[in-house]
Amino acid sequence: MADVQTSGAAITFDKLGKSFEKKGSGQVMALEDVNLDVAPGTITGIIGRSGAGKSTLLRMVNGLEQPTAGTVTVAGHDVGRADAAELRRIRREVGMIFQHFNLLSSRTVYGNVALPLEIAGVPGAEIKRRVNDLIGRVGLEQFSNRYPAELSGGQKQRVGIARALATQPKVLLSDEATSALDPETTQTVLKLLADINRDLGLTILLITHEMAVVRDIASHVAVIDGGKIVEAGSTYEVFADPKHPTTRSFLSGITGITLPSFIAGKLQAERPQGDSQEVIRITFAGTHATDPMLAKLTSELGIPVNILAGAIEEIGPHPFGNLLVSVEADRGAEARAYLDRHDLLTEVLGYVG
Amino acid sequence: MSANLINLLIEATLQTLYMVAISGAIGTLFGLPIGVYLAVSQRGELLSSPWVNKVLGLIVNATRSVPFIILVVAIIPFTRLIAGTSIGTSAAIVPLTIAAVPFIARLVENAIREVDSGLIEAARAMGATPLQIIRKVLIPEALPGITLGLTLALVSLIGYSAMVGAVGGEGLGDLGIRYGYQRFMPEVMLAVVVILIVLVQLVQSLGEGLARLVDKRAPRNRGR
Repeated sequence: MADVQTSGAAITFDKLGKSFEKKGSGQVMALEDVNLDVAPGTITGIIGRSGAGKSTLLRMVNGLEQPTAGTVTVAGHDVGRADAAELRRIRREVGMIFQHFNLLSSRTVYGNVALPLEIAGVPGAEIKRRVNDLIGRVGLEQFSNRYPAELSGGQKQRVGIARALATQPKVLLSDEATSALDPETTQTVLKLLADINRDLGLTILLITHEMAVVRDIASHVAVIDGGKIVEAGSTYEVFADPKHPTTRSFLSGITGITLPSFIAGKLQAERPQGDSQEVIRITFAGTHATDPMLAKLTSELGIPVNILAGAIEEIGPHPFGNLLVSVEADRGAEARAYLDRHDLLTEVLGYVG
Repeated sequence: MSANLINLLIEATLQTLYMVAISGAIGTLFGLPIGVYLAVSQRGELLSSPWVNKVLGLIVNATRSVPFIILVVAIIPFTRLIAGTSIGTSAAIVPLTIAAVPFIARLVENAIREVDSGLIEAARAMGATPLQIIRKVLIPEALPGITLGLTLALVSLIGYSAMVGAVGGEGLGDLGIRYGYQRFMPEVMLAVVVILIVLVQLVQSLGEGLARLVDKRAPRNRGR
């Protein structure tokens, strides 16, 4: 893009709460005491199940929802206390993309991207220049005169992204932007978002229910459950050492780190009488991710290890691995102590007889 | 059929078109904004104003409940106030318009309410004012539905216009009653019916064609 983009803005959630009046059941707390700092220029993922409150949280950043307690601050503006005119100014600094794209069916690609500029009262010549720039940035030059109905899902979301960037915002909000797309298209859209973050430096706050999306582009993650943030930090730290059960269950959802069903079916929490195997999750993080730790465990301590499942991937620049193994229950504690000494994280998942 | 009768038929057709066109145009002028307002003033909508909405809805319903032939007679004083007279083709435009406004308003309201609420949310997120949302999002997106609604309204107006003979309005309906029925000239009645059928067909096809033209919701061949 020709313009020099002003860099991203910080978003701060301070003791934020939101309750709804619901017929029959009185007050429903959608969000409670949410505290989160989103640093300028980062990509932060908020992950949670449907109904966890993540959508409400996102909508408070541009004032589509009003908080009932606490504050949201974007680029120094207190969104919850802004009057209608100020809110419209804030919204021009905050772009938003949607799961179902929300493009106008009556307007072409060009017309859709031009809409926020028309709304902002930008002069015609300037609109033309900027819209063509944006359509080029998202790779849709040949589709400028097409209507949304003539585009694929991935192309529609590219239009959505171009439209969200039209007013040169400092923050981009993404509401499950890839949830309606197939895995391959998801990757290209995520890559586009990462490129935009890198080139324009704007802050991206995205909500998702897929840990893979967080892994692929987010530098920071916040896990939300039951209207509260239960865990937050850099993506790498949270992935390497998940503290909250919800985080763990989201992590086990990504490839290669679930127990094979024939073992999962036999798994019990208490160690049974007689011979049994202890099932352990080992998380490899940082430099040790590529060390042959299991081989050393066998050669140095003489403990045989069964590998049940595993995967090594990357989060940003860091290698990151997860292994599910089983060892003789009698020697489980010894094996875990050895691994812990070498900075690997271990967790006993259960026992099989 | 004599040349005289043919002239009468042509004249009556033009009178019908005149009444329908003027009442349709004025009806749209008032019905469109009222319909938009009915849609956006509902609870939780863009210009949420439930009480005004309720009152306006009541007025619209009340007007629509009165059978047209009763309306024509009931508002004669009002017609005289507006048109200067309560008798004749031009005077008949007043009750036709009064009937058209609430009808068109409801049809427009329905078309606007069909617009995906996600689009309104997207426009709000862009910092649009309610008026901008109405002008740039709601009306363009509802245009196919509005066009079909107006088509339906025009067809209904053609039907209503046949009743204005009761207050001396002329046109096809009046001709059919006076010549076809009262003077026992079945050929005039037949001609009137045929012309009405053709008119309705024309309006309907034109309206549907126009609606298709403005409807970009489905993919199509790109031979525009």
